[in-house]
Amino acid sequence: MEKYLEILNYTIYGAAILLLLIGLYGALTKKSLIKIVLGLSIMDSGVHLLMIAIGYLKNGTAPIFSPGHENEMSKMVDPVPQALVLTAIVIGFGVTAVALALVIRLYKHHNTLRIDEIKNLKW
Amino acid sequence: MKKAIILISLTILGVYLIDIFTGIGFGTAHFASGVKDAYLIGSKETLKVSNVVTSIVVNFRGFDTLGEVTVLFLASMALGGILYKKRHDVGERSVLFPSTRIVMSGAKLLFPSIVLLGAYVFIHGHLSPGGGFQGGTIIATGFLLMLITYRNYSVSHQRLSYIESSAGIIFIGIGLAGYFINGSFLSNVLPAGKLNDLFSGGVIGIIYVAVGFKVAAELTGIIYTVLHEKD
Repeated sequence: MEKYLEILNYTIYGAAILLLLIGLYGALTKKSLIKIVLGLSIMDSGVHLLMIAIGYLKNGTAPIFSPGHENEMSKMVDPVPQALVLTAIVIGFGVTAVALALVIRLYKHHNTLRIDEIKNLKW
Repeated sequence: MKKAIILISLTILGVYLIDIFTGIGFGTAHFASGVKDAYLIGSKETLKVSNVVTSIVVNFRGFDTLGEVTVLFLASMALGGILYKKRHDVGERSVLFPSTRIVMSGAKLLFPSIVLLGAYVFIHGHLSPGGGFQGGTIIATGFLLMLITYRNYSVSHQRLSYIESSAGIIFIGIGLAGYFINGSFLSNVLPAGKLNDLFSGGVIGIIYVAVGFKVAAELTGIIYTVLHEKD
């Protein structure tokens, strides 16, 4: 029983790393351009989850001094990864938007979404 | 063959990452004596901001947020440039199916409250969860609802760019005011006030309202550009 609880402690890391690997796999192997962008987006969520999980504190509260709870500083989770992830989400949104716009342009130019039908884009 | 190489390298990466993160440990107080306490104490004692994430994003790392807003602006500009069209080529929006009367009335009813919720989220960004980016995104979803419900609902691009640039100028102006009064860019020039008061935290509230307007205008512009993408 103890051992299972020990493993349960790391499930959130496992889920985040799994998301990261799934996204990377999709971006590397899929042929459709839309699926590649989706893979990058999934990888983004994995990285965000991983960063948030580093700052977690057991039984911790949100880093907000709400009225009546001004002196619970030692119980608060780390606010630094949360601020970093806030930045990362916005940048990820911008990257996805520009990538999808480029996909629209490529589709108009080549009339296909499959990356292996576009010359010089296959590895 | 290719897939095997990818799978092997991904497995190596996964094992390596799991090794690193089990070493760090989950939910333990491994950052207790680090930078966390400095941010928490600084936010509570000197800035009087109750939401510590907001005080980090807007004050301690305010220059970083200025760069982030610039990246978002560049993304919306790049989108407009990539999907460029001559003005008279902008045709009808691509609509899958016309919306029914229920959807139309519901959208009209919901739109003001969505905008109000967004404004609430970014005005109270230093007191409760939320802030400029989140509030701006909520407002943009309201515009998305209106744009996909009504075929002929349109947003003036010129007005959007005026809102966007004036919000950006307010952000930089506050930063320059900090430079001329206190000697460092984006430093707090207004009195800090009381913890958990609406007018607390000095310039943080003003900057986050400006960021909220800027993000709302940029996201609405992006949505409008993509919705008009039709051949």
